[in-house]
Amino acid sequence: MISIEGLSKIFTTNKIKTTAVDDLTLSIDQGDIFGVIGYSGAGKSTFVRLLNRLEEPTSGRIFINDQEITALSKSKLRAARQDIGMVFQHFNLLWSRTVEDNIAFPLEIAGIGKEERKKRVQSLIDLVGLTGKEKAYPAQLSGGQKQRVGIARALANKPSVLLCDEATSALDPETTNSILELLVDINKQLGLTIILITHEMHVIRKICKNVAVMENGKIVEEGNVLDVFSHPKSPVTKKFVQQIMGYDEEDYDLDYLINTYKHGKIIRLHFVGETTNDALISKLVKTYDIDISILQGKITRTQAGAYGTLFIQMSGDPDEVTEAIIYVQNETSVELEVVRDAD
Amino acid sequence: MLTELFPSIKIEDFAVATYETFYMTIIALIGTFIFGILLGLLLFLTSKGGLWENKMINFITATFVNVFRAIPFIILILLLFPFTNLLIGTIRGPNAALPALIIGAAPFYGRLVEIALREVDKGVVEAAKAMGAKTRTIIFKVLLPESMPALVSGITVTAIALIGYTAMAGAIGAGGLGSYAYYSGFQRRDFDIVLICSVLIVIIVFLFQFIGDFITRKLDKR
Repeated sequence: MISIEGLSKIFTTNKIKTTAVDDLTLSIDQGDIFGVIGYSGAGKSTFVRLLNRLEEPTSGRIFINDQEITALSKSKLRAARQDIGMVFQHFNLLWSRTVEDNIAFPLEIAGIGKEERKKRVQSLIDLVGLTGKEKAYPAQLSGGQKQRVGIARALANKPSVLLCDEATSALDPETTNSILELLVDINKQLGLTIILITHEMHVIRKICKNVAVMENGKIVEEGNVLDVFSHPKSPVTKKFVQQIMGYDEEDYDLDYLINTYKHGKIIRLHFVGETTNDALISKLVKTYDIDISILQGKITRTQAGAYGTLFIQMSGDPDEVTEAIIYVQNETSVELEVVRDAD
Repeated sequence: MLTELFPSIKIEDFAVATYETFYMTIIALIGTFIFGILLGLLLFLTSKGGLWENKMINFITATFVNVFRAIPFIILILLLFPFTNLLIGTIRGPNAALPALIIGAAPFYGRLVEIALREVDKGVVEAAKAMGAKTRTIIFKVLLPESMPALVSGITVTAIALIGYTAMAGAIGAGGLGSYAYYSGFQRRDFDIVLICSVLIVIIVFLFQFIGDFITRKLDKR
């Protein structure tokens, strides 16, 4: 459990004050994968660096597992930092050390004996899928492999929190996906809390359970990823959702659909959450004597289930069609709207 | 044939002079390495945004470094005569040259160390901090290892300057090839000695450069 109360950070350069993080209050549950999204300059990187006090907060309090991070002395803070792993955008590996020695570094800092170190390093290398690369130097690895070393290193002291500062922003899309899968795996296996900073909505979509949207040092929107996705309130959030779902051209397309498909009912199905898995369309066709054709739509996956909109055309016996509509409305969580009610 | 070409050459004298040059260079190099790294670390750590940010200490160190780098070496030796006499008990011979050699070369190397440390990726230092590392750990396990190739190529450059300094020190009685070339060669008009001494010094310089380059290449895993 992480709770943050009234956290602020003001930078002063040449007597000009810039508020990077502005009176931020937030709580994050143990075991959550919490995303913080915002454009560059929104203060999200500063925010994550305040959590382990790489930046000293100007005001506010931070509690991680009932320990008040903001009240710790320097030496106590060093001990607390061993319980907070951190993964960086540019990996920040020591080029002079091999993969195994890089991963052993935090264990050396924690004063763990050589034998124990060796055992843990090997199991971490296996965990992140770098078996066989133990003796390689970072320069011999690809970006994705380097980030795996970075993650293994962050996990070495068995932290309860993992901070990821743009951990996938320097990677290509395919590598990004494999790193995200690794993070989900780690979250499930080790039960640690992951706080992930990004400017890419698909990263949030793919692995986060909860999300906060940051703008100008403030959180403008926060909550369950699906809720934020399906009902974005602030303009920034809407922009981010468009990154995934495309632009809102539904109105134009609607006229086009109505004019093109002259018979049957045109229906908009709005999926939020679990039910997409239940083969709704084929169930309808099998149960009722109707025909369904899919006209257009986009469904995307999030950690909490699917989200998206689908336009379908339903035709057949009017009674059957009505019953099918009632079934969807009453028995599933899919939102249904009849766009054109002709038959 | 050699004795015909170079009538005044005595092999034993050359051996002694070469040994003295090596002796002065290597001992002074070790001292320079230690003091230079200390100075460089101090300059780097106390600078703005450094781990021990401290304007006063930074100013004092920088002033010390700048002053001793500004004084021409031949004058520095003369200036340090009382200090050398106090420390070594004499102002003649290879040992007496060492304090001046180290004090002349360490500030120069200190600046090279500072530059090398600045080149260390700040992100790596930050990562070490995020792991809970102490400043001491950051110095010995991050800053120094990560800058090692630059530290070695810096000490190579310094070593070559030091060989030049030993020859200058030789001219005022420190021994070594410089001394031999000046007293036995130049002053007695035996120019073959001057020539051979020059060739030997060039060979020694090449040797140091070769060793330095080799170690730098071995260390650099980037």
